[in-house]
Amino acid sequence: MSPSLDVRPTRGLAFKLAVCILTSATVIFTAAFAYYYRSSKDMILAGVRDNAQNLLRRAVNRLEVPLSAIERVPQFMALKLGQELPSAAGLDRDLADLLTANPDVYGAAAAFEPGVFHGLPRYSPYFCRKNGEVAQVGLGYEEYYELQNWYLVPKVLQQPVWSEPYFDESGGDIVMTTYSVPVMGQTPNGPAFLGVVTADVALDWLRKQVGRISLYNSGYAFLLSRSGVLLSHPDNRLVMRESIFSRAEQFASPELRALGRRMIAGEEGFARLPDFILGKPAWVAFAPMRLTGWSMGVIVPEDELFAPLRKLGREVAILGGAGFTALLLVIAAIAAHITRPLSRLAATAAEIAHGNLDAPVPLATGGDEVGALSRSFEQMRLALRDYIADLTATTKAKERLESELKIARNIQMSFLPKKFPPFPEITSFALHADLLPAREVGGDLYDFFLLGPGRLLFLVGDVSGKGVPAALFMAVTKTLIKGNAEQESDPAEILAKVNRELCVDNESMLFVTMFLAILDCDTGEMTFSNAGHNPPARIAPDGTVSWLALPRGLFLGVMEDAVYRTATVTLAPGEKIVAFTDGVTEAQNPAQELFGTGRLLTVLSKAASMPPEALDAAVMQAATEYAEDAEQADDITVLTLLYRGSDPA
Amino acid sequence: MRKGDWRRLLAVALLSWCVLTAATGRCLAGEARKKAALIPQWEPQAQFAGYYVALAKGFYAAEGVDMTILRGGPGEPPSRLMAEGKAQFGTFFLATAILKRAEGLPLVNLAQFVPHCTQLLIAKKADGIDKPADLAGRKVSLWGPEFQLATKTFFKRYGLAVEPVPQGFTVDLFLRGGVAACSAMRYNEYHAIINAGLDPEELTVFDLGAHGLDLPEDGLYTLASVLAADPDLCRAVARASVRGWEYAFAHPEEALDIVMSHVSAAHLPTNRMHQKWMLESLRQAMTGPGDPLGTLTRARYQAAAKALGAAGLAADAPPYEEFHVPLP
Repeated sequence: MSPSLDVRPTRGLAFKLAVCILTSATVIFTAAFAYYYRSSKDMILAGVRDNAQNLLRRAVNRLEVPLSAIERVPQFMALKLGQELPSAAGLDRDLADLLTANPDVYGAAAAFEPGVFHGLPRYSPYFCRKNGEVAQVGLGYEEYYELQNWYLVPKVLQQPVWSEPYFDESGGDIVMTTYSVPVMGQTPNGPAFLGVVTADVALDWLRKQVGRISLYNSGYAFLLSRSGVLLSHPDNRLVMRESIFSRAEQFASPELRALGRRMIAGEEGFARLPDFILGKPAWVAFAPMRLTGWSMGVIVPEDELFAPLRKLGREVAILGGAGFTALLLVIAAIAAHITRPLSRLAATAAEIAHGNLDAPVPLATGGDEVGALSRSFEQMRLALRDYIADLTATTKAKERLESELKIARNIQMSFLPKKFPPFPEITSFALHADLLPAREVGGDLYDFFLLGPGRLLFLVGDVSGKGVPAALFMAVTKTLIKGNAEQESDPAEILAKVNRELCVDNESMLFVTMFLAILDCDTGEMTFSNAGHNPPARIAPDGTVSWLALPRGLFLGVMEDAVYRTATVTLAPGEKIVAFTDGVTEAQNPAQELFGTGRLLTVLSKAASMPPEALDAAVMQAATEYAEDAEQADDITVLTLLYRGSDPA
Repeated sequence: MRKGDWRRLLAVALLSWCVLTAATGRCLAGEARKKAALIPQWEPQAQFAGYYVALAKGFYAAEGVDMTILRGGPGEPPSRLMAEGKAQFGTFFLATAILKRAEGLPLVNLAQFVPHCTQLLIAKKADGIDKPADLAGRKVSLWGPEFQLATKTFFKRYGLAVEPVPQGFTVDLFLRGGVAACSAMRYNEYHAIINAGLDPEELTVFDLGAHGLDLPEDGLYTLASVLAADPDLCRAVARASVRGWEYAFAHPEEALDIVMSHVSAAHLPTNRMHQKWMLESLRQAMTGPGDPLGTLTRARYQAAAKALGAAGLAADAPPYEEFHVPLP
């Protein structure tokens, strides 16, 4: 058997099915979950952005309310100073009262342009809180206060300004900002800058407020000044020293610098923070403080934002894993259910292929395709088995038939004389006969024997029917003829006697045609009789072929009282008699056309001068060649007698 | 070992130590170092890194000087502290020193560290200022008179009439749009503006040294009286200061650590990145070709004296030899 019939596959259907389904399911599930995860992330981010911005707006508002209240104090005082300058003592009192009345103000000053305050080149009284008391203290730079931002900037801009926060030199580590209002006096040439009134605000409370803002666990707020300096930050070392831009420069982060630019430009927004700030991904929401030009930001670490989502993600992953396992088991079960009968079927098919048609096909119980396949397979197996049984029986019958035919042929051939020339010592005639049996024996017969010195009996017959009965009937006929020919010398008489004996108990209703002749070798006189046989040919010594005229007579074995007559001709020396059966003339070619007497006549004319043996062969050859490859339907028998004349001896 | 060997060994060790310490300017008898004080012309920052490094690395001590560096600032001008005798050494721009000398403070240049003008005028492109002519009629903030030499030369060269505004100690006025342009040192205010969120490409920067007058800037000074009393001390301080600058440029991170320790002690609103920029800018200005570290060339001195004279600020500057003590 060829190895291709091996039915043990390396990767079964179940495996392929499981891989395909699980892969598809994984891809679909992963894509769906990724989409969900992403959308959730965006949603959470949007929520956080709103949340953080609301938080920021509230915080900014909370910080700006006190600052805005503080603004009104120096504004009022600057207005009054612009209208009328008090005495130095009056100004001192006003400043001290300002502090007393406004506990949120840390310090207050008035400073004037040269010569403005009662002709003094410079005048800048300053009051601040020292140990809980309002006290006048020196600025420490009375000679050049006009170069300080709190003086210079409102002077040039001619509008109130909040200064950039700065360390208070005298108060230690206190960060302050100063609100300066220009004092504008009216002159004939229009408004003139006279000086400024300032209010200092310590930023500790503001930094504490900002420090309290938190979002999630580790989110924090920070405050940037107008120029990006960190005013408030959980890391105190950075406050007032580092700016968002110096950090950007230190960490070579253009993103942070861009964020800083947006913040100090007064934008409100929500942006991704470079990872180095927190050491992990984070987001920042920011909003401006309009009053001071500062900007507040809230930083939220991404992992805290997405912690619930990640938890959900883990749960979904676990559920998904469990689902996959269940799916795998289900698929494995289904696949096994489907493929087990298939595997058994495949094994059975292989066994059947090896020739064992009795191996029963396992019948699947279900009404599905596998069941149908099993049933079809079983039907095929049964049909195959029946067919092979039939084939065996037919072959046996055929063999028996063949064997019967062989027996019949053996019977037939064993009764025919096959020794040629038959009488080598007799020279007055030559005789040759040949019989070509058909596959199914036809029952032809020929015979010849000497009735006495110089008297030769020869005959050609044809038994109706085929097979063993015909062969047996031929054997019986031949035996009867031989027996009767010893008592009778008249051919008709012989035939009549044989006929009577054949008719007895001829239950199978077989019959036989026959041409029977007796030749007197000395005279050439030939007596002959006929029992329904076709007429032999007579070839004259000059080669002329004619048909021997036969007396009429019925087949032997049909009518008990049938009458046969004897005729006589005298053969000239060199004359030939060619007797044959209808196997010659009725030989058929593939087109089922008969050989016919015409063709026989032609053959005989051509072969007229041949000795009997060659002449027989020529006739045989002509008949068989005519038939080509059509099966020979009947025995072909040819018997040729050449009369040479009486023995000269 | 025998007793005699101990004594001999001890004697040799003592002798060797004495020879070694004598070679470095110290010896057993002179163990008490000379006290001295240095006043920089501004608050602690990398502009004075060489002096802070010389102090921290013990270069002054190695020269036998017990140096104190005073905290500078706008309220502590070196001219005043030196006149009052609180400091023997101070740093000045060359122009300032010549002016102070003209006013009667006998300053002597011991070493010239910044041989070039690093002063800039900075404007915003957004204000429509791309070339010098665009400054005409605009407000420009300027430092005091001795810093205006280069600026005024620049204005004169381009025929500009601007509206001058005093410049404070920061660039806030410029950042708030109070002036169209402000004065700046490349090593300081320029970076402060960048670090306030303005990008370099948003700025128009006029390099005054390149456009007008390339005046030398920072130098180390003492008074003629101090020099006369103890020229060795003056040479020792100059030597140690040069060494300090050389070390600072060779070890910028260590120098920054030292500078930042002074910055932190003074609660100054500055940061390491700014000081780093400052140190690097100064290195570029101080280590150019043609001017060995610490030297004041005659040509530069005379050009500065001439410019001051022409501006009517200092009529008769002293001769080069009198003003400058060559490096030991």
